[in-house]
Amino acid sequence: MIVSLTLILLAQLVGEVAARAAGLPVPGPVIGMALLLGFLVLRDRTQPASTRWLPPPLVDGGLEGTAKGLLAHLSIMFVPAGVGIVGKLDVLASHGLALALVLLVSVTLTLAATVLTFVAVSKLLDRR
Amino acid sequence: MTGEFALWVYLSRTPLLWLTVTLLAYAVADRFFQAAGRHPIANPVIHAIWMIGLVLMLTGTPYRAYFEGAQFVHFLLGPATVALAVPLYERRATVMRALLPMLAALLVGCVTAMTSALVFAKLAGIPYDVRLAMAPKSVTTGVAMGIVEALGGDPTLAAVLVMLTGMAGAVIVTPLMRTLRIEDMRARGFAAGLAAHGLGTARAFQVSEVAGTFAGIAMGLNAFLTAILVPVAVSFLR
Repeated sequence: MIVSLTLILLAQLVGEVAARAAGLPVPGPVIGMALLLGFLVLRDRTQPASTRWLPPPLVDGGLEGTAKGLLAHLSIMFVPAGVGIVGKLDVLASHGLALALVLLVSVTLTLAATVLTFVAVSKLLDRR
Repeated sequence: MTGEFALWVYLSRTPLLWLTVTLLAYAVADRFFQAAGRHPIANPVIHAIWMIGLVLMLTGTPYRAYFEGAQFVHFLLGPATVALAVPLYERRATVMRALLPMLAALLVGCVTAMTSALVFAKLAGIPYDVRLAMAPKSVTTGVAMGIVEALGGDPTLAAVLVMLTGMAGAVIVTPLMRTLRIEDMRARGFAAGLAAHGLGTARAFQVSEVAGTFAGIAMGLNAFLTAILVPVAVSFLR
């Protein structure tokens, strides 16, 4: 658990530093995700050697368990930022209904456009 | 100083109180969510938020004081984003096969998210500064705040609009997909992550791991594309 968490935090740290140093528009954790993905690919490509040299949690499924444990609780992590809405109630109240309608219509259109494009293109490719 | 007041002063200064309140409110909301058969309307994030908001208003606690305690939960968002690499890696074969549909859906979805928000907001007579904060509303909070700040807008307002979008998306996605009769979990997850960032991704993981994996990819890709396209879109709609 500690070793796995350390690797995850390390990936985020390097990602954060890289994003800031290079002025990239991508958030640090997303770069961290790419780094962890690279680690997993390398780990399995160098199979017997990596099992011998890496700390056991990183090769025996411990890392996977920790990552999935974090993702299983993804919802609660949005609560603190969400409570920030309370501080902006004045703006929301002055444009309340219009704002809610625009967000609702826009998010519905986005969901529909994305899913229909995905399904259409994948059907087109399957047919060929 | 009376005993009760001293206790309140002590509690309001440590992270313990608001961290406990955050977990407690979520635990109650999640219990309700499970009891309601995981119905999207019972989304635990939404119900935890209003419960905590109510407590803050009733006790006159400023958001900043609350966040001192709640930041420990908030912090985990970063590591959780990194952790998305694990389901992505485990399903890499499925993901690679869907590369073209994903890229097409990314482009269409990203442009739809921005232009629909900007156009409808203008039609609804919403002022320019609020519209500006609305442009990156489908993108994860940190990136949206960065984009809006760079364009001279209000990043806090952007964060609020992002959260509202995420909550709306998380509630709408399942009924909408049923109405459209979409059964492809890859497509459903991808749409949820693109339109409703992390909240959509969290919702997708509640439905299936395939959906969650594709939602995570969509969230990352959309953050990248939106950061590039929002400044262009905003310059058109001044």
